[in-house]
Amino acid sequence: MVIDSINDGIVIDHITSGMSMTLYKYLNLDKLTCSVAIIKNAPSSKAGKKDIIKIDRPIDINIDVLGYLDPGVSVNIIENGEIVKKFKPDLPERLVDVIKCKNPRCISQDEQELVHIFKLTDRENHIYRCIYCESKGKAKFNS
Amino acid sequence: MRHLLDILDLTTEEIGQLINTACDIIDDPDKYAEKCRRRKLATLFFEPSTRTRLSFEAAMYELGGSVLGFSSSSSSSTSKGESVSDTIKVVSCYADIIAMRHPKEGAPMVASMVSGVPIINAGDGGHNHPTQTLADLLTIYREKGSFENLTVGLCGDLKFGRTVHSLINAMSRYSGVKFVLISPEELKLPDYVTNNVLVKNNIEFEETTDLLEAMPKLDILYMTRVQRERFFNEQDYIRLKDSYILTPDKLEGAKKDLCIMHPLPRVNEISVAVDNDPRACYFKQVLNGKYMRMALILKLLEVE
Repeated sequence: MVIDSINDGIVIDHITSGMSMTLYKYLNLDKLTCSVAIIKNAPSSKAGKKDIIKIDRPIDINIDVLGYLDPGVSVNIIENGEIVKKFKPDLPERLVDVIKCKNPRCISQDEQELVHIFKLTDRENHIYRCIYCESKGKAKFNS
Repeated sequence: MRHLLDILDLTTEEIGQLINTACDIIDDPDKYAEKCRRRKLATLFFEPSTRTRLSFEAAMYELGGSVLGFSSSSSSSTSKGESVSDTIKVVSCYADIIAMRHPKEGAPMVASMVSGVPIINAGDGGHNHPTQTLADLLTIYREKGSFENLTVGLCGDLKFGRTVHSLINAMSRYSGVKFVLISPEELKLPDYVTNNVLVKNNIEFEETTDLLEAMPKLDILYMTRVQRERFFNEQDYIRLKDSYILTPDKLEGAKKDLCIMHPLPRVNEISVAVDNDPRACYFKQVLNGKYMRMALILKLLEVE
């Protein structure tokens, strides 16, 4: 399967197979008016198969979202048809309005326009906790 | 500007300083009688807690300050739908320091993010209650002279008891402390406390369901209430409830210098007959709570 290469934009590569739609949703790519290609189950020498997202325009993407949801991805910034920057997002120390606290006893459920903030408390096990009530954060994967 | 939201906001050195101040207040209360003159403490109790509120108010009055506030959300603008942030911004204009209790976990943190004056968490739901832990620590220090090399028994509801979790967090920072966790299976210490605090910091601990068997080892016995509503069925509650009620006969095997503690209010988990035992320290804890709150107010107001 061939997808046109892009001239100026972003390629998110090495997405865990099956995760591309989750990233698409959390990165709010549905709001873009430019071309966005989602390639699922592409062959991968490392993982067997992977997903890829190509965005045909330079945009600010939320690196924290990527680092949290799928820390194995690599991000390629394309300018004039060339890769000018390539990086792998790390697990972010803080997540701001990426996930919502589900604890019904948490103040974040009641307080008007309160930003939902989670902090990384256990890097090894990828555990984030709400800064207000310390409940564990859960992302809705594959939704 | 500092706030106190969680007992771990204070270093062990700072806790040591608070204890020194509290001990000095006990020795010479007159020296502190005017320290907070013309200062105002706001006690914002969005849910009722008479004892904690009175303790804060007594602490501020004994420092020569004054107190304003409310004792339930129905008598505040919260009942009109005002947010915590707005309430705190308004009260910051009137008071020099705020002690707040709120049923929602994390409400004092939200307050601290917008407040122009120091915030003291006086209890946020089942989350934190750091000034109770300060009262517990002063009691342990005054009874034992140190926090090191103590065997601390925690008995009763270890699953939901926020005072127990805070005390474990605070005591785990001192060397040689061992914990004996005495509870029914249904109310064991949650894994996140066991793993994140005890295991992670290589703290020695044992778990048992038998209070009598644990008793001879203990330097501190911290009792909490086993509540009927925590059990899935009535039979389990009836089977277990008496095991965790402290009576004089259960103290026969205890050390002569055991320190018996309880965050109060007590319902029936410590027999009234134990009150006359010189090892009963739970009413001293109440008084120590006032002294530690005085020391804390001085620290947060940066009063020399």
